[in-house]
Amino acid sequence: MQIKVVRKILEANDRISDQLRAMFQEKKILVLNLMSSPGAGKTTLLEKTLTDLKSEFNMAVIEGDLQTSNDAERVAATGAQAIQINTEGGCHLDGSMVLEAAGQMDLEKVDILFVENVGNLVCPAEFSVGEDYKITILSVVEGDDKPEKYPLIFAESKVMLLNKTDLLPYVDFSLEKASNFAKSLNKNIEIFPVSAKTREGLDSWYDWLRQEVIKKKDS
Amino acid sequence: MHEMSIAHSLVGIIEQEMAKHNVTRLIRIKVKFGRISAIVPEALQTAFEAMTAGTSLEGSALEIEEVPLVAKCRECQKEFSPEDDLMIMTCPHCSAEFGHDIVSGKELYIDEIEAE
Repeated sequence: MQIKVVRKILEANDRISDQLRAMFQEKKILVLNLMSSPGAGKTTLLEKTLTDLKSEFNMAVIEGDLQTSNDAERVAATGAQAIQINTEGGCHLDGSMVLEAAGQMDLEKVDILFVENVGNLVCPAEFSVGEDYKITILSVVEGDDKPEKYPLIFAESKVMLLNKTDLLPYVDFSLEKASNFAKSLNKNIEIFPVSAKTREGLDSWYDWLRQEVIKKKDS
Repeated sequence: MHEMSIAHSLVGIIEQEMAKHNVTRLIRIKVKFGRISAIVPEALQTAFEAMTAGTSLEGSALEIEEVPLVAKCRECQKEFSPEDDLMIMTCPHCSAEFGHDIVSGKELYIDEIEAE
């Protein structure tokens, strides 16, 4: 017997993600799913953001990591509420992991929840975790062909942060090429060249966050 | 290796559909994935075999079919399908280089199963 099915394979995850999205919407929390390769500077960028904006917003972090809790400790040191999910080898976070972590947090007064995904440009792109937006961080040392090689993650992202711009003089990286590749598949992507180390460009990223928090509160 | 999570979800859906249609022996499954989805067909095949080994689904054939990338030009609104290099995707009708919408190519779904 031939059975026509036509069901999304990740429908179960999508359902949990919708449930999370409804919960975050009710609390008017802006939820950002941060994705990058290992070493692109996600945690450093997050530390800077949490420190620089802590007088303005109440922020919380769900940290996904393969094994350690190093990143959660770094993030918690800024004073933000942080919870660690160890995927024990799993290459991405999924909705059920975030649902469980969110259940252990006090989300009542939170304005922004950052979900720091496992370092990987491939797998996290397929799994929604109830976020408003996916944010991809690409560091200039990784090469400007990454959007071409990993199209899905860039096609799905609202923002691309091009990090480590302080290293541009030393590497063969074209901001224009990387940006055009990303824009090729995603006309709405917003691109911010930044250096979490020197703070160059961070103001534009912070302004974007401020705008999005206001939009979320008004939604 | 997110193909393992995908295989796990796939098996769950197959079991539901088989129960719904009252069949017990799975012969073939057809999965479709978009060209830019983050799926490696070989890895999905391996994950599916590992997941079904020793179960009633063991030995069924997994067919994995790619759905081409189709984009709609932001300028002339015509659809096109880039063949070789994905980027920069130049519109063959009006030469606009970027800002196109993706019409298809991100799919990941189970299309049909054959069972008895």
